[in-house]
Amino acid sequence: MSSQVPADLKYAKSHEWVRINGDTATVGITDHAQHELTDVVFVELPAVGRVVKAGEACAVVESVKTASDIYSPVSGTITAVNAAVVDDPSQVNSAPYGNGWFYQLKLSQPTEATSLLTPADYSTQIGA
Amino acid sequence: MGDVISEMLKRTPLFAAHQRRGGKLIEFGGWEMPVQYSSIVDEHLCVRRSTGIFDISHMGEVWVEGPAAVEFLNATCTNDVRKLAVGLGQYSQMCTETGGTVDDLYIYRIADSRFLLIVNASRIEADVAWLKGRHAVFAAAEQVGVEDASDLWAAVAIQGPRVIDFIDTLFPGASKGGACVAAPTGLIKNQIGIWTWEGSDVFVARTGYSGEDGFEIVAPAGQIESLWERALAVGHVGCLQPCGLGARDTLRTEVCYPLYGHELDDATSPIEAGLGYFVSWDKGDFVGRTVLAEQKAGAITKKLVAFRMTDKSPPPRPGYPILVEGVRVGTVVSGTQSPSMNVGIGMGFVPPEMAGPGRPLSVEIRGRVFAAEQVKKPIYRKG
Repeated sequence: MSSQVPADLKYAKSHEWVRINGDTATVGITDHAQHELTDVVFVELPAVGRVVKAGEACAVVESVKTASDIYSPVSGTITAVNAAVVDDPSQVNSAPYGNGWFYQLKLSQPTEATSLLTPADYSTQIGA
Repeated sequence: MGDVISEMLKRTPLFAAHQRRGGKLIEFGGWEMPVQYSSIVDEHLCVRRSTGIFDISHMGEVWVEGPAAVEFLNATCTNDVRKLAVGLGQYSQMCTETGGTVDDLYIYRIADSRFLLIVNASRIEADVAWLKGRHAVFAAAEQVGVEDASDLWAAVAIQGPRVIDFIDTLFPGASKGGACVAAPTGLIKNQIGIWTWEGSDVFVARTGYSGEDGFEIVAPAGQIESLWERALAVGHVGCLQPCGLGARDTLRTEVCYPLYGHELDDATSPIEAGLGYFVSWDKGDFVGRTVLAEQKAGAITKKLVAFRMTDKSPPPRPGYPILVEGVRVGTVVSGTQSPSMNVGIGMGFVPPEMAGPGRPLSVEIRGRVFAAEQVKKPIYRKG
């Protein structure tokens, strides 16, 4: 089953996606990741105002089978979290790049984004 | 994500069938097994509402046979095999002298002095070593044999209310051994009969690990793949789906069936795990009897309880601390998000004075404390 890898996003090896818009980034987990997890039943998000570093575990996604850490692909200050996905975690499965987003942050190191995976790199990594 | 699967893992004769059908493979007890095909929730609900088929070929088959088989099994296991007519099975445990559990198992009486033991995959070697050790010190050792046939046999479980729509098509006609019935649906709970599959004897038992009606079928390893494929073909009328170990675990957790390594281990007795019903006291001595009798009289320090989360929380999972009034009193041994009830559920050990349905406890998850309440077993009841 082939997973979607939208062309307008950047990716982390640990299966998060980032949408960068000026100095704001939106973060979620990829279609491939939600396929691997299946049945997402719980999402735990960071507090607004928290300062996170790239590579830092700052959220948790739980499927029936297992709990997985979500690592922030970029550094910054959390400015918004998706309360709707906390209420209905199945949106991570149904719309990983849409309503299933996790959090937004204000970038503190905008140049970090250049070291993230391109859609082509990420597709190669997951064998899509 | 992305499990690394060691080349050392064992595979069942259905491995190729799992790959063909897109099963997601993981390590379980030294075996490479499908955890799911579609999703755990989907497969779980399929078993509760229609039917699912599971590969359980990793489980062990041990024959105990001979004129002294009854005496040997009654001296080695907790339950009483004298209760078994030919064609009937029972749940039992093997304990050590100190009451710890070597394994829990099913014992089927296939013929008057021939018994089939079905043991946990992760315990085959330990069980066979234990049985041979007990055999070596058994007074009538020459009157009974113990034979590990785990590599020769494979097994599937077909579970769910609609299994009765097609099981008689899969195995037409009357049994030729074990329980004497006109068709598989003539078996009652815990009965086992012999049917023929591709010229070989196969054992069909009305048992399972899901809390639903169902059958477990033990067949020669070389015949299991054709049986699996045929079951999926005729099972179409019962919406039969292949299911993985993920759903097997959530199904058994909802109905509080123990899993060795979780509710039972070598430091936990059947009495502590709430399985005293399967310990028989009117059959003479057996390994562990003295300690189990003391425990039954009240000398236990831990008791297995079932619980459900009362507030929104992450799913409870094995290893999480159990707290009462803010103090750690025990540990979760099984836990998940119940697909049937969509709430966190689990089992864990607490001091006996704190155990009882309705009493509160809480579960610590990543440093936060979430409220739960103890419930009567099973956690899930149909209807």
